[in-house]
Amino acid sequence: MLNIIWIVLLCVGIVAAACTGNIAVVTESALNAGELGVKTGIQLMGVMGLWMGLMRLAQKAGIVKAIARVFGPLLAPLFPDLKRGSDAWGAIVMNLCANILGLGNAATPFGLKAMQEMQKENPHPERASRSMITFLALNTSCITLVPATIIGIRISAGSAQPTEIIGTTLFATCCAMICAIAVDWLFRRRNPV
Amino acid sequence: MMQVVTQVSVWIIPALLFLIPLYAFWRKVPIYETFVEGAEDGFKTAVKIIPFLIGMLVAIQVFVDSGALEMVVNVLTPVFDRFGWNTEILYIIPLAIMRPLSGSGALGVSTQLINDFGPDSFVGRLASTMQGSSDTTFFVLTVYFGAVRIKQYRYAVKVGLIADLAGLAASIWIVTRVFG
Repeated sequence: MLNIIWIVLLCVGIVAAACTGNIAVVTESALNAGELGVKTGIQLMGVMGLWMGLMRLAQKAGIVKAIARVFGPLLAPLFPDLKRGSDAWGAIVMNLCANILGLGNAATPFGLKAMQEMQKENPHPERASRSMITFLALNTSCITLVPATIIGIRISAGSAQPTEIIGTTLFATCCAMICAIAVDWLFRRRNPV
Repeated sequence: MMQVVTQVSVWIIPALLFLIPLYAFWRKVPIYETFVEGAEDGFKTAVKIIPFLIGMLVAIQVFVDSGALEMVVNVLTPVFDRFGWNTEILYIIPLAIMRPLSGSGALGVSTQLINDFGPDSFVGRLASTMQGSSDTTFFVLTVYFGAVRIKQYRYAVKVGLIADLAGLAASIWIVTRVFG
């Protein structure tokens, strides 16, 4: 699937550029994108360092276990493959909470911690486990209570009611999330392990 | 409600930075060493993600910059016209395609739509709702799977894209219904 998407994006892009007489754009875009990848990675280093450091403290102090004990059972029906005592539970809960509050840069490190914990139980380390896919389905469709960036853009564009889209946004995210859970459940039944 | 959430967002990070180390110290965890250990792990993870990011961003960027997006819009426009859909919806096709691919790209497109049509127009409200209600699926998959070196995504892309489509349909429906 990913291979197909990759080749389609790349080839359609190059053919389109050739057709519109913009072939030079391809070289520039490709090189810029490579640079952007490294820049994004470097930006992540600082944020990840900070949050993974705090996360380790929370883990050693038993906070992650406590969170997992309290909130884990709520999520348990969605992750039937995940072991009871796994540290992934706490990280998953913290990731979803950070997403809901709109703390994007705190959400990523918690999410990656969850992935690492789930990877420990993955029988095929090169292949995504079902729990991981469920987690990412939740993560990409996750509810944000206040879409702060877009409200900011609406304010600067002179909106009479910049926050009026919070309700519609919440509704749309809820639909996406319910759909993600349902579709994941259907695929999960067709893909054992 | 809005006020409460905003306040929580402002206070949560300082509160975590205050409470977690303090509690860990009280539990006699060697806090500084533990923090550094975790930070090292985070640092290494970020480095591991870079090759995956480069791979994904190169394909996406070439596609976005090449003018392929306009070609896709040109192909889709008559299809939508045929179904007799609200022609204003056509303006958000580029945003719908961009949303799962590129976070900064989608933000650029939605900012432009909000400025061109006005934040309180149908297109402006729809673009705002779409922008806020979904995440950059491909970026999330690349970063999260990249961090644990997973190369076979299985049905993850399908689930993510179907959920994005559902979010798009729901956005159009609710914005039409609420703001007409």
